[in-house]
Amino acid sequence: MDKLEAAFQRLLSPKGPDGNDVQFQSAEAKANYQASITRIKDAIQLREPDRVPVTVLPSMFPYLNAGMTVEEAMYDYDKCTAAFKQFILELQPDMHIGASAPGPGKFYEILDYKLYSWPGHGVAPEHCYQCNEAEYMTADEYDLFMTDPSFYFRNFYLPRVFGALGGFSMLAPYTSILEMYGVAFNFVPFALPPVQATFQKLFEAGAEALKWAMAMGASDAELTTLGFPTILGGFTKAPFDVLGDTLRGTKGIMLDIYRRPDKLLAAMDRLVPIMIGMGVSAAQQTGKPLIFIPLHKGADGFLSDEQFKKFYWPTLKQVMLGLIENGCIPFPALEGHWSSRLEIIQDVPRGKTVWMIDQTDMAKVKQTLGQNACLIGNVPSSMLRLGTPQEVREYVKRLIETAGQGGGLIVGNGAFFDEARMENVKAMVEAARE
Amino acid sequence: MSQQLVDALAEMRENEALALVGEMVKSGTPPLTILSDVRTAMDIIGRRYEEGVYFLPELMLAGEMMNQIMEMVKPGLAGAAVEEHLGKVLIGTVKGDIHDIGKDIVVFMLRVSGFEVFDLGVDVPAEKFVAAIRDFQPQVVGLSGFLTLAFDEMKATVEAIAKAGLRDKVRIMIGGGQIDEAVREFTGADAYGKDAMAAVKLAKGWIGG
Repeated sequence: MDKLEAAFQRLLSPKGPDGNDVQFQSAEAKANYQASITRIKDAIQLREPDRVPVTVLPSMFPYLNAGMTVEEAMYDYDKCTAAFKQFILELQPDMHIGASAPGPGKFYEILDYKLYSWPGHGVAPEHCYQCNEAEYMTADEYDLFMTDPSFYFRNFYLPRVFGALGGFSMLAPYTSILEMYGVAFNFVPFALPPVQATFQKLFEAGAEALKWAMAMGASDAELTTLGFPTILGGFTKAPFDVLGDTLRGTKGIMLDIYRRPDKLLAAMDRLVPIMIGMGVSAAQQTGKPLIFIPLHKGADGFLSDEQFKKFYWPTLKQVMLGLIENGCIPFPALEGHWSSRLEIIQDVPRGKTVWMIDQTDMAKVKQTLGQNACLIGNVPSSMLRLGTPQEVREYVKRLIETAGQGGGLIVGNGAFFDEARMENVKAMVEAARE
Repeated sequence: MSQQLVDALAEMRENEALALVGEMVKSGTPPLTILSDVRTAMDIIGRRYEEGVYFLPELMLAGEMMNQIMEMVKPGLAGAAVEEHLGKVLIGTVKGDIHDIGKDIVVFMLRVSGFEVFDLGVDVPAEKFVAAIRDFQPQVVGLSGFLTLAFDEMKATVEAIAKAGLRDKVRIMIGGGQIDEAVREFTGADAYGKDAMAAVKLAKGWIGG
């Protein structure tokens, strides 16, 4: 049995943290759970399922819809998971992605996270957190990064994006710790007050992260016993986006294409095994094979096709192949429009990947990428927010006609959304079931 | 005109272009002559972007080259005549949203297309748009937003402009990640644009030029 098949078998007979079989709340819940997993498995492996599976992939909608602010969802983990449970019970999708989208507000506060603004820290209580783009890695730091990415992250990048981690910049590289002679010098920084202050914060932040992770784990476990599976194991990123999103920034990486293309290509090569490892270890820890890969700067309009083929696609493809080899299911999200890339990205192993489609024309996607891969989507955010249930139903019906033939479709929304009309979201789920 | 400079800029040969400008400044070429070459090159770059030959890397590098050249010629520019603009565009990302990449590209394309652009930045409240319309007196207002929350804020901004009695003085265009015709109708804007070229076309259509 291959690794992925083994992962699905584990999902079909889930075990709790104690190693015992999960006790479902009813025989019906167990049957629903297993039927959903089987349906999703069929869709992913491009076989016709008993019916088209449906998922809902929200950002802040479940919490706003429950009448709370994003701030509350980020700071009150019980309220957050209760709202999410209510949301799933009401909609009954075949697959969900858990309540972790808001994240632990208190944790970000303890570490003074500067990479994002969040409610109470730069954005209004009712709004979602947003990234503060900047050149957190400067153009002259490529060599430093490539020599030892972990050292670079700890001593340079992390102190820039977390105000409380300044002490990290004083630490010696771990790779200097070699033998008896001189070994103690490497530990001197741990005596220094800024380093100790950083570690104090880390203990505090770790405790908060654990508290939040326990709440998320309990939420997923409860939903499982009620018959609602999640197969999301974690996430990783395309090497181009790793550098372009939070290290060099959009402008930085676009200029690097002209000013230092060789360094950029070499840095992305360096990231390939690291990004494979990130996804594989998350899947191992959670026991769930689906690895989300949000794709950003390869969309139509960012790069020419030639640039896409040279800078974006090769390392992304390597990351996906590495994930597949290790029994994971890569789950890239084509955010925005990707029409011009379809013929390039359709070159993936058949029945091994799932793609979230946003605004790219589904008929075109089905004819290209959809011949080799399962598609999730693509009810538009604007329709969920401003349309009518009737419009949504018609959209889903057309979607199934265009992209549902022969399996390979999971009906869902196209982009993670904060605001919508619940009756529209409901119409999306119901239409898929009919 | 220096064809060599125009070519170096249009073909993204940054080092060569900057070296040429350095020599031209040294040899006493009037700054406005240099800037006119830059403008010629930027037109070519804008056209190639429109034709789908150039993309973000080229636009960003063009912006960088232009800024560096401005710095180099600035000392000699004092007192020189200001060039004529096609018209005025006020732009900003609406309140609650701090995304700026799309907006910055639109600003850049409007500027190289000959518009005077006043960029209010990100997270801009409706009142600030209203005040800026009074002061700057643009013919076109561009509202940018990446998040679904921007739909409501765009609508509120259009309403605030109407309430201030300024709605018939400006044409309003919107754009950003999830914006489409349904959103345009909801917000009461005059038009939406899918990308930076659409914004330029809309502005040209409304203002002329």
